[in-house]
Amino acid sequence: MAAEARAPVADARQGMTMVQAVNDALAVALGRDDRVLVFGQDVGVMGGVFRATDGLQARFGEGRVFDTPLAEAGIVGLGIGLALGGMRPVAEVQFAGFLYPALDQVLSHLGRYRHRTRGRFSLPMVVRAPYGGGVHTPEQHADSPEGILAQAPGVKVVVPSSPERAKGLLLAAIDDPDPVFFLEAIKLYRSERQAVPEGHFAFELGRARIVRPGDAVSLFCYGGMVEVCLKAAEVAAREGVELEVVDLETLAPLDEATVLDSVKRTGRAVIVYEAPRSGGFGAEVAARIAEEAIYHLEAPVVRVAGWDAPYPPFTSVEHHYRPDARRVLAAVREVLE
Amino acid sequence: MATVQYISPGGEVAGELPLTTEELVRGYRAAARARFFDERAVTLQRQGRLGVYPPFRGQEAAQVGAALALTERDWLVPSYRETAAALTHGLPLSQVILYWRSHPAGWRFPEGLRLLPFYVPIATQLPHAVGLALAGRYQAEEPWVVLAFIGDGGTSEGDFHEALNFAAVYKAPVVFVVQNNGWAISTPTERQMGNVRIKDRALGYGMAGVRVDGNDLAATWLTAREAVARARAGEGPTLIEALTYRIAPHTTSDDPGRYRDEAEARRHAAEEPLARLRRVLGARGAWDEAREAELERELEAELQAALAEADAAPDAAPAEIVEHVYAELGPDQRRAWEALGGR
Repeated sequence: MAAEARAPVADARQGMTMVQAVNDALAVALGRDDRVLVFGQDVGVMGGVFRATDGLQARFGEGRVFDTPLAEAGIVGLGIGLALGGMRPVAEVQFAGFLYPALDQVLSHLGRYRHRTRGRFSLPMVVRAPYGGGVHTPEQHADSPEGILAQAPGVKVVVPSSPERAKGLLLAAIDDPDPVFFLEAIKLYRSERQAVPEGHFAFELGRARIVRPGDAVSLFCYGGMVEVCLKAAEVAAREGVELEVVDLETLAPLDEATVLDSVKRTGRAVIVYEAPRSGGFGAEVAARIAEEAIYHLEAPVVRVAGWDAPYPPFTSVEHHYRPDARRVLAAVREVLE
Repeated sequence: MATVQYISPGGEVAGELPLTTEELVRGYRAAARARFFDERAVTLQRQGRLGVYPPFRGQEAAQVGAALALTERDWLVPSYRETAAALTHGLPLSQVILYWRSHPAGWRFPEGLRLLPFYVPIATQLPHAVGLALAGRYQAEEPWVVLAFIGDGGTSEGDFHEALNFAAVYKAPVVFVVQNNGWAISTPTERQMGNVRIKDRALGYGMAGVRVDGNDLAATWLTAREAVARARAGEGPTLIEALTYRIAPHTTSDDPGRYRDEAEARRHAAEEPLARLRRVLGARGAWDEAREAELERELEAELQAALAEADAAPDAAPAEIVEHVYAELGPDQRRAWEALGGR
């Protein structure tokens, strides 16, 4: 089901939205490498429910950009076969919450193929999926399954937090020799515009970024939570408290060194993610801090996450589920006490 | 349409057999080679020289006949029981032994051999077969054909449905061979599906469907050959149901006495594929006991050489556990690699 269906407005002066940046990255990749194929449900004629593939079929033809039957395991499995045959498949799963039928393909094969064939076959495949809440989507359109994916050995998981990062990371993911899950926060698709460089450029995968330096508390976040943490940092700065915002960006493989370096400087860590709290990816970050930097901590590590419940389909209370700046600041006060 | 059969269990040929004697000899030798290895594999497993092994006794014609329909340019996609098909498509015997020893050296199939690895999660290989078939369309050369195996139990999986539907929608050059051997471990075909004529499903997907006597190598070979030709000509996928019987246990760990009457298995054993081929070849003067004995000597020598080669493979190093997770060791794999003694 389409939550939003507006055509992207490309205006260089105003910059690009994230969904336009994704579209631009796909166009650049299709243009520079004949092996790149873009496919998924409704990505062809219609251009995708969020218009991420708008105009690509008209420009590159039905052979390069095509619709699939409505079957997520089939989409991921088809992509694995295309990659085995020498192509560079870029599949779209319409919503990350619809990915679950494909988990057998992901866990049994996508992350395992290189390993079980001892390097004979690699799967240079990208699976894009919109994830996360905050825009009143219908039920089961707002899940954040990054923790499930990040636990699958052999799969890389990338979650961009801005239009420019989305383009450069997606192009890097398409060039990568290993399978990459590329999770795009629905909330960010059209929330900001940013100047995005033209043509091909790629950001390195596996690197966390300090997007706002600070000395009081390290906020670890990714995707849709980065803007939430930046907002919290702005509010805290007015009170003279400088929060360091670290955008993890690639969850697997995780840039542990940047995480530890930050927490060793600040001595305090708050981890922010919108998936259910227990067993989520934030637990992995917390565990690594405990293993490698516990003697640098001035306070216990705190997680701010979705509550331990399914993402609620109940519109009037939905905003209580997804972490916001207020909840992040409450956690900051807790670790500063 | 009736079940395709050229050679009856008793070795009678009904009508014209469109295979030359040379082709029949080639088919017989390939099937006999597979049988020889399969029998010895079970013994090797009992001796502790092979791991858990899924025998294919009785299914030689279904596998070898289908595999013979491919050229070196075509891809073969097996489940875990297709050792006979893999051998026929060119997997070296020493590699097969190392694979069933679960030695990592057995898991990297040779470069250039168009064979996907053995698949354990049931039916998950079928969507890959479709994607692989489509990939051929983008290459400069003539598209390759993909032939993928599955069993009767595997047709219950969602991936079977998704793959056949995708293949039909895209008219992919892929041939699906269902070896209906009557059993999915202990579950008989009639408890697996409401309509035991698996080939009927082809109609629902909009593709060609053929049911063949899977113990008749002429029937499996010729039917697969036609399906491959149709796929190569752009006429889309085919579902072949090869009726056969799992004479042996599911694996060397299985005890079929717990769930079936072994007298029934013995009755089916009388319909196995090799004896009828020998009769046809014997009637043509193309096979006799001397040639059989000579073939056995050849196969014994091949097996001993392959065993020696497999035995010479260096022991797996613990650090190999974390190699090939990614193209390059990630930071976590590197740490594990060093902990496991990698140098």
